[in-house]
Amino acid sequence: MPPTDATNGQLPRSAFRVPRSPDALLKVEGLAKRYGRGCDRCYELTGPEHGTNECPNCGTLVACAEIGFALAPGQTLGIVGESGSGKSTVLACLYGDTAPAAGRAYLRSFEDGRRDIFDIAPGERRTLRNFQMGIVYQHPHKGLNLRISAGGNVAERLMATEWRRVADIRERAGSLLGRMEVPPSRMDDLPAFFSGGMQQRVQIAKALANGPSLLLLDELTTGLDVSVQAGVLDLIREIQAASGIAMIIVSHDLGVIRLLAERTIVMKDGRIAEAGLTDQILEDPQHPYTQLLVSSANV
Amino acid sequence: MVIDQQRDPQIPRSAFRAPRLSALAGAPEAYNYAFLDEVSKREIRRALLKAVAIPGYQVPFGAREMPIARGWGSGGLQVTLATLGPGDTLKVIDQGTDAGVNAVNIRRLVERTAPGVATTYSTAEATIIQSRHRFPEESLRADQIMVLQVPLPEPLRMVEPRESVTRQLHAEADYTRVWVHLYEDVITNGEISRASGYPVMVNGRYIMSPSPIPRWDIDKLHQSASLTLLGAGREKRIYAVPPHTNVVPLDFEDYPFRVEDFSGKRCARCGATDTYLDEIIVNGGGRLYACSDTAHCDERVSAERETRNAE
Amino acid sequence: MGYTAVKGGLDAILAAEALISAGDGRLNAAQVGRGARLLIDQVMGEGGLYAPELAALAIAQAEGDPIEAAFLLRAYRSTLPRIGYTLPSDGRRMRVLRRISSTFKDIPGGQVLGRTRDYTQRLLDVDGRFAAKARAAAPPATAIGGEGWPVFPSVVDALREEGLVRQTTDDPTEPADITRDALRFPAPRSARLQALARGETGFMVAIGYSAQRGLGAAHPTIAELRSGELPLQIRHPLTHDPVVLGAVSLVEVEMINHTAGGVGGATIVGGEGESSERFDLGYGLAFGRNERKAIAMSIIDASMNIPSNSGPAADEEFVLSHCDALESSGFVEHLKLPHYVTFQSALDRVRFRRLAQLSAERGTRNAE
Repeated sequence: MPPTDATNGQLPRSAFRVPRSPDALLKVEGLAKRYGRGCDRCYELTGPEHGTNECPNCGTLVACAEIGFALAPGQTLGIVGESGSGKSTVLACLYGDTAPAAGRAYLRSFEDGRRDIFDIAPGERRTLRNFQMGIVYQHPHKGLNLRISAGGNVAERLMATEWRRVADIRERAGSLLGRMEVPPSRMDDLPAFFSGGMQQRVQIAKALANGPSLLLLDELTTGLDVSVQAGVLDLIREIQAASGIAMIIVSHDLGVIRLLAERTIVMKDGRIAEAGLTDQILEDPQHPYTQLLVSSANV
Repeated sequence: MVIDQQRDPQIPRSAFRAPRLSALAGAPEAYNYAFLDEVSKREIRRALLKAVAIPGYQVPFGAREMPIARGWGSGGLQVTLATLGPGDTLKVIDQGTDAGVNAVNIRRLVERTAPGVATTYSTAEATIIQSRHRFPEESLRADQIMVLQVPLPEPLRMVEPRESVTRQLHAEADYTRVWVHLYEDVITNGEISRASGYPVMVNGRYIMSPSPIPRWDIDKLHQSASLTLLGAGREKRIYAVPPHTNVVPLDFEDYPFRVEDFSGKRCARCGATDTYLDEIIVNGGGRLYACSDTAHCDERVSAERETRNAE
Repeated sequence: MGYTAVKGGLDAILAAEALISAGDGRLNAAQVGRGARLLIDQVMGEGGLYAPELAALAIAQAEGDPIEAAFLLRAYRSTLPRIGYTLPSDGRRMRVLRRISSTFKDIPGGQVLGRTRDYTQRLLDVDGRFAAKARAAAPPATAIGGEGWPVFPSVVDALREEGLVRQTTDDPTEPADITRDALRFPAPRSARLQALARGETGFMVAIGYSAQRGLGAAHPTIAELRSGELPLQIRHPLTHDPVVLGAVSLVEVEMINHTAGGVGGATIVGGEGESSERFDLGYGLAFGRNERKAIAMSIIDASMNIPSNSGPAADEEFVLSHCDALESSGFVEHLKLPHYVTFQSALDRVRFRRLAQLSAERGTRNAE
């Protein structure tokens, strides 16, 4: 960790240095999230070199800190790390499910990337989520209302953007579900009775309903049978090829990252341990933690 | 054991003598004008002003206990009592009729506590109309105020039981869940199945419950010349639709809002074919239809009689 | 034409009123005041007005229906202007007539059983002989004399000194007034306690019981139940000195809640240098001797104090929105009002759908 100039719980200035990337779709700078009271030493006492993300001084959990990266349009970024490394927190902050403690983020498709998406009103955040982003959670019940029909779940996205003709809504929802290989006959059924793989497909259809520029995938295939995993991953590759949508894929599975991500961030104890091109990271890992991860994953 | 007791000398024993009832109670004649005390009325008027300023927004207010039960029009009554004064003419209807027991009861209370207020059955004569579940058939004028009794003011209750959440949804105009609910309704039932209390969008901003009026009456709220005030006593909310405000029922382009169908039916008394009808089961199981707005019906009957007499 | 618009509403109402007032042999307010003390307590609590004589009058007028009587009290109260608020009163200054603690065998100041039915045998005294025997067998009562009256130290204070109960600090913010401002959620604790104190006894007991039975984490023990008379003071408008207005009869319960295994209650994250291992407290208060309700209230309050708690008692919005006797009984009973306009609207919907269904079925049959 670089020498810190932190005072009063401020992040070190180095946290805000990011690679210059004028064409980026998404830029994230100095993102941090804490759970707990917090003190002014939280950041300097946690991280990979301390082997912990819990502040020994005040017990606060530093879920993530000093997170910065840029994502080009159509590019896929993988975030890999063990559970508790803070990778899902990064997605939760970006999607606005939780408010970060520090940091800024700019999305080019939202007000020309001039406004920090962490600092917008709740109504604006909803617009951002409805039009610019889609998310697929590990647990379908987080992303879907299991008590309304599969079609209704996709329709929710459409109706949030002023679709007011049932026939049109059904046509669009039906075609999205069809692309995700959910049979049209199941469109009016409740996803509560679907298999795990099918629930993830409904989530993806919902996430893509309004043609977002950024898709966030959080442990998409974790918990699915291996045979089902392959189908869902194929589907994501097809979407990458067909739509040119940018993605951030959070996974603890290096196989998933290798298959889908061009660039990868390795997270450990709430910080970025290493970042770079995926094959570089997998073939020539620099950080000891990444070396351990790659050697034990055997990919 | 040692009793560890201190003594409190500050308060005299006389403090514990109970006050006498005669010192507390006033005779019923001593009730304030229009029952509520003036401070309470002022508070309700303040809530009303806010409600008018933000059409369709539910203003919380400290609903008072009324001498009629909560759920029996106590909210509408508080609005009426805070609004009327000497010189006003009040009409009270329940289910469309002035003679309904609850309407009679409310009218009697106003007569008893607000001298100088006249009461009437005639819609045209009234300056204030308090109603449960109906609008009068004839259009209201700019100098009339409509007061509706509201049992459940929250239109989002059907999708969200928590007040803390519905408040947030209204604040952000986040009504997607209502639309999903309506979509699912269409998928399941082939139409939007909501019968009365049909949700409406007010002034393009707030979704509002119009109180349990039939769908037939929704259009009477839209761009009305008169002011409509809605009071929910048990739920402690007041809201309003100012004159000339857009009130639009939520529907889909291909599943449009539809009012109750009385085609082929007519009022058995006055013969009207353009009014909301009550269905009455007669002896032998047959059906008879008659105007729900009995004052309107009476006027048509007597007008016809006069015409006949003149001939 | 067999139908004319009904105009009999007023006549029917007047006739119903006459039937009510025709009842003879009913109790008068004085008889209620002498013979139905506990009913008066309940009615004052649910009516939110401390006025024993008015409550007795209301009970007599309501023919013994406690909710109807509470309704009369509340409606009467609406007509009275709010002149002012009393100063905060500390329960420690209560003139104690009864106090018990279940947490310790003996407590500073001693256990005072007082007047209670708890240890009487519930035998219906058909010919009045038990009451006479009880009077004959009783030892002479001991009166508390002297200037002023004894002040009993609080049991919870002792636990607090040891740090076993969360320290409280005086909250300088003005308490809510739920009779003036509508409840909103999450509610401040002052509003919560006011709403619970007006809650319907039966509802409160049922909800408290549910938490005790296992729906939510409540393992309550009564630290102290004290009942007696609490003096109330206001500030004199001119001199600004506290002036005693009178006293109200109250029962107050401080309930220790221990949630085993640290399911929230016993493990509140503390400040610096404080152990987090502690009991939580619940508070209950009821007018008069309505001990049942005060105990239930303290269980409910304790349940709500545990942030991670679940179950009906811990669900603040659920409990506070449904505990008021006048609101619940009013809305339940309003179903007696005519609803034929809305029912007509519903009929229209159901008939339309049936028709659509039938014609669809007929279509299928014809196609076959």
